[in-house]
Amino acid sequence: MLGAGILKGLAETARNFLGSYVSKDRLTTVQFPEERAPRIEASRNFPFLVYDGTDPQEGLRCVSCFICEKECPPKCIFIEKSTDKKPDATGKPQFYPARFNIDVSVCMSCQICVEVCPFDAIKMDNAFELSATDRFDALLWNKQQLAKSNNYYHEIHPTEAAAVDAELAAARAKTAAAAAASAAAAAAKKLAAPPIPPTPPTNGDDIL
Amino acid sequence: MIVPDTVDQIFVLSKHWLLGYVPTALQPIVSAILSVAPVLVVFPLLFAITTVLERKGLGRIQNRYGPNRVGPYGFSQPIADGIKSLTKEDIVPRSADQVVHLLAPLLLVMAAFLAYAVLPIGRNMVLTNLNAGVLFFFAVGSMVELAVFMAGWSSRSKYSLLGAMRAVAQMISYEVPLVLASIVVIMASGSLSTVAIVNLQASYTSIWPHWFIFTPWGFTGFVLFMIAATAESNRSPFDLPEGESEIIAGYYIEYSGFKFALFFLGEYLGMFATSGLAITLFLGGWAAPFSFLTWIPSYIWFFAKLLALICVFIWIRGTLPRLRMDQLMGLAWKFMLPMTLLNIFTAGVWHFMPSGFTRWLVCTSLLIVPCLLLSRGLKQRKKLQIRTYRFAE
Repeated sequence: MLGAGILKGLAETARNFLGSYVSKDRLTTVQFPEERAPRIEASRNFPFLVYDGTDPQEGLRCVSCFICEKECPPKCIFIEKSTDKKPDATGKPQFYPARFNIDVSVCMSCQICVEVCPFDAIKMDNAFELSATDRFDALLWNKQQLAKSNNYYHEIHPTEAAAVDAELAAARAKTAAAAAASAAAAAAKKLAAPPIPPTPPTNGDDIL
Repeated sequence: MIVPDTVDQIFVLSKHWLLGYVPTALQPIVSAILSVAPVLVVFPLLFAITTVLERKGLGRIQNRYGPNRVGPYGFSQPIADGIKSLTKEDIVPRSADQVVHLLAPLLLVMAAFLAYAVLPIGRNMVLTNLNAGVLFFFAVGSMVELAVFMAGWSSRSKYSLLGAMRAVAQMISYEVPLVLASIVVIMASGSLSTVAIVNLQASYTSIWPHWFIFTPWGFTGFVLFMIAATAESNRSPFDLPEGESEIIAGYYIEYSGFKFALFFLGEYLGMFATSGLAITLFLGGWAAPFSFLTWIPSYIWFFAKLLALICVFIWIRGTLPRLRMDQLMGLAWKFMLPMTLLNIFTAGVWHFMPSGFTRWLVCTSLLIVPCLLLSRGLKQRKKLQIRTYRFAE
């Protein structure tokens, strides 16, 4: 019979129309500014710098090794090394970035900086509401804007952050053990005067 | 029933009251302006309401919200749309025929508005009671084709020309069943005047009205008329002239800003006008559906029926995919045309048979059997199978 399919289709659309008023499950639209869908853990867009503890600048894990700057394909990272040293995340004295800039208008979100970073200092963010009225200065982020806490990192990428924390804890324990060993050795040397030459510090080379 | 009668005739009475203050020499022109102005206000307003209803309805059909940001529940969306289309740049292609390009949307809207001249919106509420009203309606309606082709031709773009050619082919093809489907009503009422046709339907047997849709030929005529009206107003599933996925926007691709909005306005006004004619011919015009509901003013009934038909149009648009050109023409010439001709024959049989059950049986079978045969014939011809490619694979 001609038109039977049309009637079936009309019934289906009518069911959709009425059903959308009855059951909220049918409406998959998220009313964006008011409602937000939970972010997917693997989602990423631009890099940020992780800091430990409470002080965003003192706690930065970055040791300004320039690897990310060199590897960045669009060359959007600019780093200036400090002249003095401070203890890094594993407790060893290291340089720190005096300036760390990322031009997000140039960044292509490739995550290569994250992959090459040996200190787990740079990670991918998923904040996406980044509109600015100026496309030059407002999108050139400095160290202050880039620094985000480890807790924030745990919030957006929990699995990854837990793995990084475990790794860092192991490294910190190793450094502490090495420091303790060298201290013990020094004490032993002090006690039984000359014989053993001082062991060179074990450099914490698990990190590098 | 003095009060309801006053309410029913309030617009007519207030017009006469206003005319009393006008010098006799000016009365004809002031009377015309007073009649035309409400039409020029009410139907564009209805267009605004329809756009938001359509967007929300289509949204719900597709399990979306539709516009819900501007104003309460998104119902101020047409205002935002209007401001947008007014403030947009009006771009005219350099190689376009400037004059015709400008005239096309104006002609379309004018043609659409002219059709309202013969639509009885309520009791005693018709702009002109022409004794050839239905004929006038179709004559004016065919101006739309001219406007569409003017738009497509003057734009000097291959897409707009393709769209215009499709539109003209489609509208001329569907004008035939549109007119033939309405002939049954003219046969039954013996008049081309829309007012006379409505007056004939505005009487009741006990509580039931004498609408033409409640006869076998009336129902068939109404369905055929609505199909043809959908095609005439270029609406989905017959929106090949626009075909935004194939020829982008068809004949109005080169239009922007307010001219583009005028095309939309003209199209919707055309849809309202044909719906209004369908109401006038088959659904009893401004007449109430039951005798005990006659206390509700006639114009409210007209607009209620109009809104109902608009909702049907939206529902159909949300349901059916676009037809192919050959399917469109096949439906017009192989199905609609024979059915309308048969319908005219059936209306004649109905007229000459004594009323009773036999008449119903004969006339219904006269329509259903050919419909089934025709649809079987249409179906058997096409073999649906997986297409095989000789060279592409």
